[in-house]
Amino acid sequence: MSAHAHPTALAHPPVSVMRITPPTRWWVIPFAELWEFRELVYFFVWRDVKIRYKQTAIGAAWAVLQPLMMMLVFSLFFGRLGNLGSDGLPYPIFYYSALLPWMYFAAALQNSTNAIVENQRLITKVYFPRLALPLSSVLSGLVDFGVSFLMFVVLMIYYQIRPTPAIIWFPAFLLLAILLALGVGLWLSAMNAIYRDVRYVLPFVVQFWLFGSPVVYPSSRVPEKWRWLYGLNPMAGVIEGFRWSLTGRGNPPGHLLLISSAMVVVVLLSGMAYFQKMETTMADVA
Amino acid sequence: MTESVIHVEGLGKRYRVGERERYFALRDVIARAFRAPFRRNGARKPKDFLWALRDVSLDVKQGEVVGLIGRNGAGKTTLLKLLSRITRPTTGFAEIHGRIGSLLEVGTGFHPELTGRENIYLSGAILGMRKREIERKKDAIVAFAEVERFLDTPLKHFSTGMQMRLAFAVAAHLEPEILLVDEVLAVGDIEFQKKCLGKMQDISRSGRTIVFVSHQMGQIRRLCERVFWIDGGQIREAGPTGKVIAAYESASLQPDANLLGDGRCFLKWSICGKANAVTDDMRDVTFHFHLRLREAVTQGHFGIAILSDAGTVMVGWGFDNIDVPAGEQELTLSVPGLPLRPAAYSLTCSIYNRGNNLTGGHLIEQWYALPPLIINTRPVSHPQDRWAGVLNIPAKFQVKPE
Repeated sequence: MSAHAHPTALAHPPVSVMRITPPTRWWVIPFAELWEFRELVYFFVWRDVKIRYKQTAIGAAWAVLQPLMMMLVFSLFFGRLGNLGSDGLPYPIFYYSALLPWMYFAAALQNSTNAIVENQRLITKVYFPRLALPLSSVLSGLVDFGVSFLMFVVLMIYYQIRPTPAIIWFPAFLLLAILLALGVGLWLSAMNAIYRDVRYVLPFVVQFWLFGSPVVYPSSRVPEKWRWLYGLNPMAGVIEGFRWSLTGRGNPPGHLLLISSAMVVVVLLSGMAYFQKMETTMADVA
Repeated sequence: MTESVIHVEGLGKRYRVGERERYFALRDVIARAFRAPFRRNGARKPKDFLWALRDVSLDVKQGEVVGLIGRNGAGKTTLLKLLSRITRPTTGFAEIHGRIGSLLEVGTGFHPELTGRENIYLSGAILGMRKREIERKKDAIVAFAEVERFLDTPLKHFSTGMQMRLAFAVAAHLEPEILLVDEVLAVGDIEFQKKCLGKMQDISRSGRTIVFVSHQMGQIRRLCERVFWIDGGQIREAGPTGKVIAAYESASLQPDANLLGDGRCFLKWSICGKANAVTDDMRDVTFHFHLRLREAVTQGHFGIAILSDAGTVMVGWGFDNIDVPAGEQELTLSVPGLPLRPAAYSLTCSIYNRGNNLTGGHLIEQWYALPPLIINTRPVSHPQDRWAGVLNIPAKFQVKPE
């Protein structure tokens, strides 16, 4: 071919070279690429939220009703009848402050488990970093979280509990919850893409995890010498952190938090590596 | 600008046959894990693997429009998927110079619950557009798709045609330097297909590189300068469009004829001495028909018709009162040129004894001649498909000086 009849005037003069090779280096996390696709992540989140609210009759109200009803059930059975204690907080505040991160976490696991499977057609038809799917399903839960948080504010006003300076730590605990949900979500979504059994196992895992976390009881009920072991459940640190930072009651979750944070890092990094390793075969298995 | 924008070397993709099931259950994995110690190392038999693509090397230059042809399952789509990074190769490598966009399906990422407008954003983003880019092109997309009135209606209330138009409109406004397109033009009505094809021509004229998969040789002929014929995961032939398509079309047909009438009488045919039934000659054309007659034909009839893809008779000839002795014979038919548009045509011949179809003659055989006739002359009629017609007649144009 000689020179083309029409001069080329393309938008990106410095041509980038991309090399396509057999899968290697799955342990390298493509942060740069994810950043490049940040708008896609935004659109996935936007789509998830829009569709969830469009398909339900009362839409965003579910984000309030779900934790509210669970809070009532817990207050009645575990609080009144079971007398499990609440570190001196009113039961509704005690449970709701834990249900905030817990409901977010449970929903994020649910959504990210299905993220790859539900978007299978996309995966086999177009390229984007597959990490964008579980990432966006974890992020889209934040909208519901925000709505249910408003209800918490109402409860705080009703029970006349004033936030203390501890509240400045709240964003850090929220971040911890997001990172944990992402880490576990990465494991689950990649596993579910290959072994569909995961989604049947998940409800039980979530149930057990709920009772293994300080949602219906305070972690002060756990014997001191087992506390470190308890911290290996990273949700323990997250939930205690939420309660402490939002209400200002009790002690900051020092050691517990340290162990939980370390666990979050472990889960997140291993989840990313596992996801990346499976990513190369996702379009083939689908 | 003759540098390669796509450089592929030794590219191969192997699938494990077991993985071709939709997914495996945990129970299989557990079972396998238990069985593993009792199996000899490396006991996996080679037949467990399937090479969808093997040792493919090719180069595509800046601004070229290249076609990929081949039967279903030959590996065309696998190649596109490898180039667009949807799946990763097993061997070899590819180098892509520039922004790449792929269009493997019309309507990728559409969601029925979202409105037309919302789907433009979603699909655009999924195909690789920036938000600002989508905002800039939104009006053009809507105009192209002709769906202005339904922009705020959920997609599920769109007709299939409208969905297709919108989907293609989004994809057509992608502006990558390299565009990979898989058989997407096979959908929609004729008008829509023409519009899409026109848009593709515009894209190629703006200097972009296109790799195009199609089973419709007409589309390939119109769009592509060069064609790769992929067969069994490998490149079987590469070269100028006409040449490769001709080879592909004559090979992809089984030497087996449909028969009507008494029985096998026609044996084979050729054109201008070429057994593969391809002609690239604009002028004299001679058909040769070889047949074996059990009985002599007296006052019989020989008919022949050339039919288009759609079954329209392009031209037919009939000869009455013919006499042919029994035994192996050769009939020839000469025409001073066959000015049909380059394409594959089917050929039907019939031979009658003692009369023709109208006068109560006896049909010895009607033969759908195989291989089909392939006209591979240079297209000389109107460059726009819409006005090119069915004939291919060279014309001289001049303005008389006053």
